[in-house]
Amino acid sequence: MTTLATDDDILKAAEAWRSEGREVALATVVETWGSAPRPVGSNLVIDSEGNFLGSVSGGCVEGAVVTEAIDVIESGKPKTLEFGVADETAWKVGLSCGGTIRVYVEKVD
Amino acid sequence: MKLDILKALNAERNARRAAVVVTDQATGDQRLVKAADAAKDPLKDLIEKHIRSGKSGMEETPQGKVFLTVHVPAPRIVITGAVHISQALAPIAKILGYDVTIVDPRTAFATQERFPDVKVIAEWPDVALPPLGVDRYTAFIALTHDPKIDDPALTHALSRDCFYVGALGSKKTHARRVERLKGQGLSEADLGRIHAPIGLSIGAVSPAEIAVAIMGQITSSLRLTPEKAPEKVPETAS
Repeated sequence: MTTLATDDDILKAAEAWRSEGREVALATVVETWGSAPRPVGSNLVIDSEGNFLGSVSGGCVEGAVVTEAIDVIESGKPKTLEFGVADETAWKVGLSCGGTIRVYVEKVD
Repeated sequence: MKLDILKALNAERNARRAAVVVTDQATGDQRLVKAADAAKDPLKDLIEKHIRSGKSGMEETPQGKVFLTVHVPAPRIVITGAVHISQALAPIAKILGYDVTIVDPRTAFATQERFPDVKVIAEWPDVALPPLGVDRYTAFIALTHDPKIDDPALTHALSRDCFYVGALGSKKTHARRVERLKGQGLSEADLGRIHAPIGLSIGAVSPAEIAVAIMGQITSSLRLTPEKAPEKVPETAS
C-alpha cells in the first residue's frame, strides 16, 4: 500500500535508512498556494542512489526534488525549491493542478 | 535534520505524543519541541496553536522566518460492538488512515475471522479499554445497543476527552441512555458531546451506508472547527 504510505512510515524510513549508513535527505512541503496536491508538512525521503519514499506533489515534481536532494546530500546545505505554473521549469516539471509549492530539502546527518 | 532530532521525534510519535520541529529558514537551525515542553518555549504561543490545529506551517517571528513541522498522533478508532456495521466500518476507517480496535465481550461476535485485519478484544470494556490508552486523538463509537457494554465504554471515552464520541440508537434510545448516565454522575456538557443518533444525515439504510455516515461525521470532527461542523442531524440509524 505504498500509495497510502503515511508520513509515519516516511520519517521512520528516514531514520532507518540513515542508521543503516545510507546518505539521506528529507524534503518537506513548507508552503503552498492555490490548489496544491499535497498539504504543507508532507515528506519525501531520498537517498544518494535516488531511491525515495513518500510524496510532495502526488508525482508531478518528485523527479526534480530527487535530483536536487542528491545535490543537498553532497553539499550538506539545505535548499528551498519552488514549483508552480508561474515558474519557467513548471512546463517541464510542473504541477498540473495549477498550484505552487515550496519544498525545503535538508540532509539527515 | 540531525539524526538525533529525527530519532527523538520518532520516539515521541511512537509513544503517541505530539511534537513540533522548528526550522529556521535562514540558517537551517533546528530544534525539537515536545508537547510537554511547549509552554517553556520562546515560541510557546505559535507552537501551541499549531499543536491544536495539527497543521504544519511557515511563521514569521521576531527572529525571522521559521517552519513548524507538526506531528500529532495518528487518529484511531475504538468501537464497542463486533457487529455488522463494524464489519463495514473497519475497512473504510483503515483506508482513511485510522487504526481500528474493536471491543466486544460476546465471543461469538468478537472473532478474528469476522474482522480479519483489525485488532479484536473479546473482553468487557472495563478490562479492555484502560490498557488501550484512549486519548484525545481517538474517536470512540458505541454500537452494541447493549447498555451493559456501551454505557461504561462511553463513560470511559468521555473521561479521556476523545475528539469524537458517537453512539448508535434512536432518539428515544439515546434519551434513555442520557438519563442512565446522568444517574451515574455524568455532566450535561459531557453527555452533549455524544453524537446520537450517530452519523451524518445521508439517508443511510444498510450497515455499509451507516458506516459511511459515521466516518463522514468523524472526519468532520477531526477536520472542522466546531463552528464549521455540520449541524447535529436527525437520526440516520436506529
